[in-house]
Amino acid sequence: MVFTLLEAKSISKSFAGVHALKHVSFDLVEGEVHALIGENGAGKSTLIKVITGAIQADSGTLEIRGRTVQQNDPAVARSLGITAIYQQPSLFPHLSVAENIALPLESGGVWRKVNWKERNRRAQELIERVGGSIQPERLAATLSMPEQQIVEIAKAIGANVKIMIMDEPTASLTDREVDSLFKIIALLRGQGAGIIYISHRLEEISVIADRVTVLRDGETIATRRTDEVDKAALIGMMVGREISAVFPKREVPLGKTVMELRNVSNRAAGLRDISFSVRSGEILGVAGLVGSGRTELAETLFGLTPADSGEILINGAPVRIKSPTQSIQQGIGYVPEDRRQHGVVLELPIAANTSLANLKIVSRYGLIDRSKESSLAHRYVQQLGIKAPSVYTETGALSGGNQQKVALARWLAINPKILILDEPTQGVDVGSKSEIHSLMMDLAGRGLAIIMISSELPEILGMSDRIAVMHEGRIAGVLSRQEATQHNILSLAVN
Amino acid sequence: MTTHRPEISVAIAILMLAILMAFVSPGYFSRENLTDLFLANVPVLIVALGMTLVIVIGQIDISVGSLFAICGVSAGLFAKAGVPAPLAALGACLAGAALGALNGSLVAYVRIPSIVVTLASMVALRDALRWQTQGAWVQDLPAGFQWFGLSQSSYPVMSLVIAIVLSCGIAWGLRNLAGGRAVYATGSNEEVARLAGIRTALVKFSVFGFMGALTGIAAALNAVRFNQIPTNAGLGLEMKVIAAVVVGGAAITGGRGSIAGTVLGVILLGAIGPALTFLGISAYWERAVQGAIILTAIVIDAVRMGAREPGRENDGSNLAASRA
Repeated sequence: MVFTLLEAKSISKSFAGVHALKHVSFDLVEGEVHALIGENGAGKSTLIKVITGAIQADSGTLEIRGRTVQQNDPAVARSLGITAIYQQPSLFPHLSVAENIALPLESGGVWRKVNWKERNRRAQELIERVGGSIQPERLAATLSMPEQQIVEIAKAIGANVKIMIMDEPTASLTDREVDSLFKIIALLRGQGAGIIYISHRLEEISVIADRVTVLRDGETIATRRTDEVDKAALIGMMVGREISAVFPKREVPLGKTVMELRNVSNRAAGLRDISFSVRSGEILGVAGLVGSGRTELAETLFGLTPADSGEILINGAPVRIKSPTQSIQQGIGYVPEDRRQHGVVLELPIAANTSLANLKIVSRYGLIDRSKESSLAHRYVQQLGIKAPSVYTETGALSGGNQQKVALARWLAINPKILILDEPTQGVDVGSKSEIHSLMMDLAGRGLAIIMISSELPEILGMSDRIAVMHEGRIAGVLSRQEATQHNILSLAVN
Repeated sequence: MTTHRPEISVAIAILMLAILMAFVSPGYFSRENLTDLFLANVPVLIVALGMTLVIVIGQIDISVGSLFAICGVSAGLFAKAGVPAPLAALGACLAGAALGALNGSLVAYVRIPSIVVTLASMVALRDALRWQTQGAWVQDLPAGFQWFGLSQSSYPVMSLVIAIVLSCGIAWGLRNLAGGRAVYATGSNEEVARLAGIRTALVKFSVFGFMGALTGIAAALNAVRFNQIPTNAGLGLEMKVIAAVVVGGAAITGGRGSIAGTVLGVILLGAIGPALTFLGISAYWERAVQGAIILTAIVIDAVRMGAREPGRENDGSNLAASRA
């Protein structure tokens, strides 16, 4: 009889009224690799967090190795043999490999004397067990990505892991490194451990996993044996959502090509051979999974991480964009993803935030013309419907949707030709969301070219004239509004 | 920009001290005492103006005491070499600017934390000066050097004019110049500033250079008050100055701070020591009282910030969860 390592029944979890998980069930047996797949926001990470005890489920039961866990927390999960390895290994960079491995293993008080010889010997042994050869004295910071993973796995085995969770473990590995990772996984399951394997690479799943569970919008869609389903069927299960919101999409006559990329690559940012163009009045949606290079593309276009090869043309003329300053001069505006961190200066008033990218226009010989600045701010407060007592209100005092509009106001104030919006409606309420969408249409109607990055497929489908789908730093395909469906976007995104 | 003005609390504290002194020890307000008090604090004020900018951009400069000593000695040496006093002061100002720019380039372009950079330059510059001069004070200064050749009664007037011009000028610039805006933006959120096309590295470099130049002016104004220039001048100056800026309401984390606050901070901390002497309290208490004032200012600030943004950390988890 197979022993069930983990059984999660009818787990629900919501954040601020939004259901992240709705009655999700999931189980894992001894010696099994069980893959977990779904789009961005399907609830994979939330489920993992419930299992590792990082967050508490609102309802449902969690049984780990035959024991019902009432109050899960990271310490309990760990004591029950659960270990998670994330895409970015979480080793202490300034400690040695042996110390990193020893940390969860050695118990005792603060004053316990360390037996270094024993510590190194044990680390060596664990690393050899997973087929690696890394000197235990090396600092974690000097290890390559696959070496770090080996250390993480050795650490887990040392802690007597029964349930290993791997979140996108192959995302930054080469094919050969993937092969050796799979060998380690085979070794682990041979020892009776169960592995929860999260990956966007569907072809991997049929190779390594026994079963696969598909999540969509926080619900379990199906759990199947991998030899019973093919890639197309999996993609079908991952999408299949109806577009519920109505988007204020209008037909706008498209003008000339404003921006064109020819074979742009950026090795540091992981972008390869990107080519596309945007026309005036057009909204180009950029879709792709988390980590596919969408934000990196925006940062390259904006000069934060300049491209190292290829050509960028604006209005047909090649330009060099090496810094945000140059990008602004070319008429490119960029509203980044994380509004609080990168969007607005919370301590400055609305007026100062509006003019920040634009100080040259509101000032003369470096002297700010206050009346010019406030009338600029007034114009955008009115145009964008920013709700605030005055243009001198501190931006930090506004609601999320209004802060997002202030961030937008700054870039509209530079009178841009091209506007890059990274997740423009993330974290804003429904009302502001549709306001931002109609605003985008107005801007497109006035001849602006808009590049919109979004993780929300309905938004992408509802707002874009064309859709560029990214996969692993490349453009996997560009779809027209007519041919785009959730299904074919997702198949390009998971390739 | 905020409804709460830390400047007002400091002003009230100064007023209360003044009322107390007026009743208990009216001699405190004698012309001589006030002039002495003023002259002793002009250098602190001028350095504090620069420190306000440094703290607003979220940095710190603890090398100002050593810079102050070097600039004072340079002014004296220039004067002894026959340079007219105003030009010697200019020389001190330029020397300060150069050393400040050195700090600034390490902070802005090599990206070493400013506390480390200025700790190193504090020690290195102090000991370089000691080694170079063998600890000997600069003496036999030319006659025209003391009081800039002015009379002892008109020198304080000139100092006052310089202090007012610098304070008002910098306050005005912070408010009305694009550069001032860049200073606040860089200190509040460097990443947003960078995304808005502000050259934040240049901002940091310039602020440190400016800090050095102001230190040079302060050192020259201080040097001309005596007939010899000590090589150990400015010991502990950095603490006085940083304390005044913090008491004046600047956030040590950057982004907030005003020249008005700093001026009031310098007045409060400068006035309290001699006031204790007048009240017959041992001078040993001076530092303790100053410490208490600084602590009060910081606690008020922390409580206020805590009350203002309680939910800041919640956003992250929701966002992370919704993206799953």
